[in-house]
Amino acid sequence: MSDKPLPAVDFLKIPDDGEPYLEGHKCQPCGAIFLGARSVCSKCGARDQIEPMKLANLGSLYSYSIVHRSFPGIEVPYISAIVDLDDGASVKGNLINVDPDPDKIEFGMPIEVVYGDALGRKDRDGNSYLSYFFQPR
Amino acid sequence: MSDAYIVGVDMIKFGRFPEKTVPEIGSQAALLALDDCGLSVQDMEALYCGNLGQSSGMVGQRILQQIGQTGIPVVNCSNACATGATAFREAWTAVKAGLYDLVLAVGVEQMGKGLLGGAGGATGIPKEGLLGSGTMPAVFAEAGMEHSRKYGTTFEQFAKVSVKNHHHSTMNPKAMYQIETPLETVMNAEMISYPNTKLMCSVNVDGAAAAVIATESKARELGLMKRAVKVRASVLTSDPWQERDLVMPDVNTCTRKAAAAAYEMAGVGPEDINLVELHDCFATAEILHYENLGLCGDGEAGRLIDEGEVALGGRVPVNVSGGLLSKGHPLGATGIANIYEVSTHLRGEAGKRQVENARFGLTHVIGLGSACGIHVLEKVA
Ligand SMILES: [Zn+2]
Repeated sequence: MSDKPLPAVDFLKIPDDGEPYLEGHKCQPCGAIFLGARSVCSKCGARDQIEPMKLANLGSLYSYSIVHRSFPGIEVPYISAIVDLDDGASVKGNLINVDPDPDKIEFGMPIEVVYGDALGRKDRDGNSYLSYFFQPR
Repeated sequence: MSDAYIVGVDMIKFGRFPEKTVPEIGSQAALLALDDCGLSVQDMEALYCGNLGQSSGMVGQRILQQIGQTGIPVVNCSNACATGATAFREAWTAVKAGLYDLVLAVGVEQMGKGLLGGAGGATGIPKEGLLGSGTMPAVFAEAGMEHSRKYGTTFEQFAKVSVKNHHHSTMNPKAMYQIETPLETVMNAEMISYPNTKLMCSVNVDGAAAAVIATESKARELGLMKRAVKVRASVLTSDPWQERDLVMPDVNTCTRKAAAAAYEMAGVGPEDINLVELHDCFATAEILHYENLGLCGDGEAGRLIDEGEVALGGRVPVNVSGGLLSKGHPLGATGIANIYEVSTHLRGEAGKRQVENARFGLTHVIGLGSACGIHVLEKVA
């Protein structure tokens, strides 16, 4: 078992010293940003020209749904959100610290990415995980 | 290249048939389609079979094991919710290529109840409800809310789609449901993923549909032109790269691409289309596709549903079968079932829900992943 929390997804990086961050992979010729390492760009087809980058922690809400029914054992309601980060990447996640009520949620509302325990979820070996969330700023 | 014609087409009444096997359900539809044109499986030169749930299970061959093992080539295909349309299109392609004069396409699915969507990876921890939702109602809610963001489309407008489609299905004996659902009922039904309530989500059902496709010369030789339906366009697209691809499946671009290609191939425009069966897997999705298919300009979909232009009796009725929302959505069968619906109207045989004087009809399906299939059909006689 790891003594430190593991990242919930591969594109969440937890440096030994410093704050966690989301990592994108940017195609140098065309600027497309991917979540996760890859060798070929699916936008322009360029090969071996995709470089890792630290993604912005600030962005805005693009779209969302308020989820009232999910798979068994998943706590509801929660807000499933698509956030456009300031550097052009788009990321999906839970929008927290806002009521799950359409009247309280505005398209384009300023968002920041925050990091925290993955809702107490642990894997088979008992490891805990660090995840990312969106909250209004 | 010969033109290709649908000479026989039918579907079973959609429902839940846990006591039956997938090949049994598919066989029923195959026999109905053969009976519709008075032919036998002995006349078929190839079979194209669409099924998702048993995609490695040789469903096409198992259908022939039930209705006649003639040794013809069988192609099994799966393409998410475009599976049936893909099987139909493969059959059409073979006829157009001159390989065969008479072929059979079958789409069949047996579904469980409940939510569809990705449950997350095998390793680590479940991601559902931690990193948003991968359930289909949520994914299509997010796509609908993108429309709300751009054009102010309301929960009520999305809900009206369900009111309309459920109303249509009261006139379709082959639909899963024949019940009216007034607006308050739709809006007050259990919220699944805002803005999609339970009555705004397609019904998981078992079902099958089948079509016999013929060359023009064969259709004439057999005296089948009177009820034949001409396939004016058959188009399949995949999703081109989009900036939010990784987090938000794009159902719009591949539909727009397919629609443009289909109208060009058919030599007609959206203004010529008399009825449409489109992929209303969720009420939110139907709104998007009015614009994607060119039935109205961008931003006008809300008005289209408000003013009843897409209801039976309106300018361009959409989903008069009841659609996936009420007729039901047996994934692999859906693409041929909507071809059955449009063909039935073009033949003037749709009974109470008949779209009067229908000459051109369009069918549309989209499977996430993504695949979009569009067919434009024309009345012959
Ligand atoms: Zn590129």
